[in-house]
Amino acid sequence: MTALCRDCLTLFDTGSRCPACRSPRIVAHSELCELSIAHMDCDAFYASVEKRDRPELADKPVIIGGGRRGVVSTACYVARIRGVRSAMPMFQALKLCPDAVVLKPRMALYAEVSKQIRAMMEDLTPAIEPLSLDEAFIDLNGTARLHGAPPAVMLARLVKRMKSELGVTGSIGLSHNKFLAKIASDLDKPNGFAVIGAAETPNFLHDKPVRLIWGVGQATQSSLDAAGIHTFADLLRWDRRDLHDRFGSMGERLWHLARGQDQRRVSARNPVKSISNETTFHTDTADPDLLDGHLWRMAEKVADRAKAKDLAGRVVTLKLKRADHRLITRRTHLPIATQLADKIYHTARTLHETLADKGPFRLLGVGISELVPGAQADLTSDFLDPGAEQRKRAERATDAIRARFGAEAIVKGRSLR
Amino acid sequence: MKLSIERGALLKAVSQAQSVVERRNTIPILANVLIEAEGDQAQFRATDLDIEVVDKAPAKVERAGATTVSAVTLHEIVRKLPDGALVTLSDDMTSGRLTVEAGRSHFSLATLPKEDFPVMASSEYSSNYTIPAPVLRRLFDKSKFAISTEETRYYLNGVYLHVADADGAQVLRCVATDGHRLARIDAGLPTGAEGMPGVIVPRKTVGELRKLLDDDEMEIAVSVSETKIRFATPDIILTSKVIDGTFPDYTRVIPTGNTRKLEVDANEFAKAVDRVATVSSERSRAVKLSLEEDRLVLSVNAPDSGAAEEELVVAYGDERLEIGFNAKYLLEIASQVDRENAVFLFNSAGDPTLMREGTDTSAVYVVMPMRV
Repeated sequence: MTALCRDCLTLFDTGSRCPACRSPRIVAHSELCELSIAHMDCDAFYASVEKRDRPELADKPVIIGGGRRGVVSTACYVARIRGVRSAMPMFQALKLCPDAVVLKPRMALYAEVSKQIRAMMEDLTPAIEPLSLDEAFIDLNGTARLHGAPPAVMLARLVKRMKSELGVTGSIGLSHNKFLAKIASDLDKPNGFAVIGAAETPNFLHDKPVRLIWGVGQATQSSLDAAGIHTFADLLRWDRRDLHDRFGSMGERLWHLARGQDQRRVSARNPVKSISNETTFHTDTADPDLLDGHLWRMAEKVADRAKAKDLAGRVVTLKLKRADHRLITRRTHLPIATQLADKIYHTARTLHETLADKGPFRLLGVGISELVPGAQADLTSDFLDPGAEQRKRAERATDAIRARFGAEAIVKGRSLR
Repeated sequence: MKLSIERGALLKAVSQAQSVVERRNTIPILANVLIEAEGDQAQFRATDLDIEVVDKAPAKVERAGATTVSAVTLHEIVRKLPDGALVTLSDDMTSGRLTVEAGRSHFSLATLPKEDFPVMASSEYSSNYTIPAPVLRRLFDKSKFAISTEETRYYLNGVYLHVADADGAQVLRCVATDGHRLARIDAGLPTGAEGMPGVIVPRKTVGELRKLLDDDEMEIAVSVSETKIRFATPDIILTSKVIDGTFPDYTRVIPTGNTRKLEVDANEFAKAVDRVATVSSERSRAVKLSLEEDRLVLSVNAPDSGAAEEELVVAYGDERLEIGFNAKYLLEIASQVDRENAVFLFNSAGDPTLMREGTDTSAVYVVMPMRV
């Protein structure tokens, strides 16, 4: 079995310590030098960056998050030992860990560090697919000759470099596809290196719960539960067609995943599929005027981003979250793709008006999807809405004024509500 | 209940029923067809709560009665039975199953109680008239392509059937639009239709109605109230709720002052549009029409995939004009023309364009140009 020392990067045959530097931090696997798809996940990223910049916090429980409706966005490992988890409401986290240092997130700083990590990954391969600021898929297939070392060595070198140059640690999952690489990176956290080989895949998955699958959330989980599917072993018993009939395209994917198969490529340029914006209110509201103001602001933000990316959408989505956290979404197709705040707003407003539920709501979001190039936006005007043409010209004029004098130079009255 | 029925008659009745049934519905009884046997006929009734279809077929009834079974399953079974087979349907009161037998095939289907089946409340129809099937067919066939699919503008999700005034005479008129194109089709007003309330006939009803209109000799009895519309032949009664909304004032959309006239063979025009549009893979493909004296150049320029151009000899006598349209919209209106040349009337590159067949004003189409 091939083994790799994660400290001095020496490759050697089986052993519990590195023959060169005597380090016990080794990773050993029979397929170690053959696997090339990895998932890199930073350990408690935001908290690690804060601790790096403020060494006095090193052994204190640190929680990043905040706001009146705050939830924990990241908890350092000290806080995690006390039971604090991401997405936990702040009051609950503080009950578990009253001495925690709570810090407001400094997104600009994290984005900066993330960029530096990205640059280090780019030194290895262009086939990087970032999932967020602190995690990414890396495909090192075919780079062994270029680097003079197999992918496993280059990945160990990457996390070593992240630690020494940036002061943050990451965990590596190495496998033969994205699905398993993502699972692997979670097996040996923090500062870990886990491998799932092709040979062991069926045994590895057998008793694992299906919620391990990335993309299986609460809704899918409950429909899987209803079908009696809890583990991968349950999934294996299903016929491919039955899965498809019951779960649609998701069923097809489940069938492959049950067999440890995942053909998705690591692709740097995943096309944008939707543009959306949402806001959580300080206090729940059912006030139609207030909601309408939010609706406009969200529509305008979405339109701004669509225009900046030169994209337009054929579908408008309205998202509302009730006080009891139940989510309501409504979507509609447009005959002509749009990037205009006016069209997005009016469409979302109609969706809102036709809703039987009048609130109160805690969150409102607006989005567009089924995106097409901006050149195809708003090509035909609507003869049943003669004012639309005028409003479109007004919006283009507003955009021009803002481009010159700043975003605050001209705003709609309704955005001030 | 026990009855025997010829396979062909049963298939026709059941296929109409199963197409009304919504594939995805949460109320089990709505997936079923209500079968009622009495006298010398069997009646098949299906509904989605908005549309109800009742289909009668001659049958040999041994024991009168009624039950409900899955419309889709029954349809699938009957479809797969050999042509000319005699099918026997009988329900077993104790097991609650419906037995379907034909030749050596034997099926036993789960039923639901007939009392649970929702029968659409009857309505007071304020207007009743009959109209030949081909006339009704033309009214809906030529207008339905323009029905909007935008769910938020539900009042456009159907064909507006109403009585209108055309050049001083009253006509029966169908209008459909999605804000980018519009179709307005007229037919002579049948006796009894005067004073008919204007109603928006939903898209699905238009589709179901179409199946009643294939027979050229058939007279269709139409009944209309403020909330419902009913179409009946001797065998089939289709009742539908109408869309509860106000159809927009379409008259101001139809241009009256367009003077630049293009006359072209509709078939050749459509084929040429289709050909040049091939180079663009975009969903809303724009075709540019460049007009000068007796000459039309159709062109498509798709920066990513290529360009195409085609010239047509046409009748055009006005000054030069360049105007763009969505290729799909052009194709759809051009394919409505079946007898004479297509006549386009333009104003400017930004104004709605009108299209009609020759000098016939009983079918006019309006289409909004596109930026090119």
